[in-house]
Amino acid sequence: MNSVAFLVIAIITLSGALAAAALPKLIHAALSLVIVFVGVAAYFFLLGAEFVGLVQVFVYIGAVAVLIVFTILLTRRELTGDRGINWGGAIVALAVFGGLLWTILKTKSLAIRAPQIEPLTVKRIGEVLMTNYVWPLQCVGLVLTAALIGALILVMEEKREER
Amino acid sequence: MSGAFLDQIFLRAKEWLLSPLAGAPDWLIQIVSSLINISGVLGVFLTLFAAISVLERKILGRMQNRYGPNRVGPFGLFQPVADGIKMLIKEDVVPARADKVVHFLAPILVAATAILALGVIPYGRNMTPFTIDGGILFFFAVGSTTELAVFMAGWGSNNKFSMLGAMRAIAQMVSYELPLILTTLPVVMIVGALSPDAIVAAQDGYSFGVLPHWFVTTPWGAAAFILFFISGLVESNRTPFDVPEGESEIVAGHMTEYSGFKYATFFMAEYFGMFAISGLAVTLFLGGWHSPIAALNFIPSYFWFFLKLSALLFVYIWVRGTLPRTRVDQIMNFAWKFMLPMAFTLIVAAAVWHYQGRGLAGWLWSLAVIAIVYFALSRLLDTRKKFAPRTYRFAE
Repeated sequence: MNSVAFLVIAIITLSGALAAAALPKLIHAALSLVIVFVGVAAYFFLLGAEFVGLVQVFVYIGAVAVLIVFTILLTRRELTGDRGINWGGAIVALAVFGGLLWTILKTKSLAIRAPQIEPLTVKRIGEVLMTNYVWPLQCVGLVLTAALIGALILVMEEKREER
Repeated sequence: MSGAFLDQIFLRAKEWLLSPLAGAPDWLIQIVSSLINISGVLGVFLTLFAAISVLERKILGRMQNRYGPNRVGPFGLFQPVADGIKMLIKEDVVPARADKVVHFLAPILVAATAILALGVIPYGRNMTPFTIDGGILFFFAVGSTTELAVFMAGWGSNNKFSMLGAMRAIAQMVSYELPLILTTLPVVMIVGALSPDAIVAAQDGYSFGVLPHWFVTTPWGAAAFILFFISGLVESNRTPFDVPEGESEIVAGHMTEYSGFKYATFFMAEYFGMFAISGLAVTLFLGGWHSPIAALNFIPSYFWFFLKLSALLFVYIWVRGTLPRTRVDQIMNFAWKFMLPMAFTLIVAAAVWHYQGRGLAGWLWSLAVIAIVYFALSRLLDTRKKFAPRTYRFAE
């Protein structure tokens, strides 16, 4: 059951990734990237990491994808026509892929069977975050709050200048 | 005994439906069980959608001193059937310059996300269609996908009204997602769980048998409920926050280029979104399926849930019949300058309530925190516009 699900998700994710790289229209590519995000989230679910999967959907589809789509919309006019193949990009991509593949095949941990662990519940994540990792959590919270306030101030300043 | 039986009657029905599969492999039972849950949710909410579409027009008609639909069937009750047939046989117009695939996928995605969000809400005792540990997170994760679907509708139509409408819709959805999520945070903090079932269970019990322990009875809960309800109005694009649509400015917003059944799908998704957000409000603040007083516990749990849901839906319609629309900038200012600071305050107020022992002292202290911030905010945000008495030059 799990291996069938793995294969189906893999096919969907990879075809989404291929479409994101190959489609001529940028918006189509961005929307195909969303399929990849969904596929990755599905993998997290398959591995029992429910919380991470949900956050993947929340952050990558709800925020990152919308950001990408808006950036494309607001920055450039409709680009049609064949963009051709970017050979430099293709070579870099192949090199990165080859490097990753080589590293993965070299590691010894491939042979180790994953130990059976109980599913990662939200409660356990919360406990760990509030005990062992409370300082990093607070720092991230501070940074994000600063970013939020910064965004608000940027908007307010603009308004004052208009008057 | 009969009360408990009636309470669990739908679960018994499901067990009975599953009984022929007793010897079947596990995955088959799982799939059939999920299918039963899905068809249950779809059946109930499609019926509710049909009912609310005619009731809304009836109630609005009553508020505006007219009859509302009264031609099809007794009291116009078969109006949804007529509407459905009309929508089905309408011509499906797709603009020549539209992005066909994106244009086609957008209504499907909108409807799918709205239906998925309905899955995690507990409708009664042991009656959550999709039990998941992070149910609240699932709800918001799925809800945030709607923005992408709205964008696809606007962009795929290749029409300036559609695109502008979609931008408006996304802008207000993104802005109000923040207060929406922040107002659920106090509840999640107090309960210590992200699962809707645990949140409903935490609101069990009564003081003196008449005062339910719903979160709406605490000061932070009441304030959070109001903020949540307003954010819900915005998220479901309802009046007074329906700026993504406007006949005289941007036609029907991102739905301009949709006709026939695709338009009906958008319409349905909007109502499903409304059901989902009201259902979550009931779950978070109004005690879910618990009865308001202990003596009424013999009435089945799902009855209470749907009673509360209908009450909230009635308020939605009531607001639509009463309030004028807001402007885009007013909506945004309200979100960032008032809703957001208030939502942060509620988190503090909930913490104060918790550490003062959840009793009367905590109640008063958290009320004090909310009141101070509220009055300070209203002083700060006061635009100091003085309105002089109106003078008439020619009318008198």
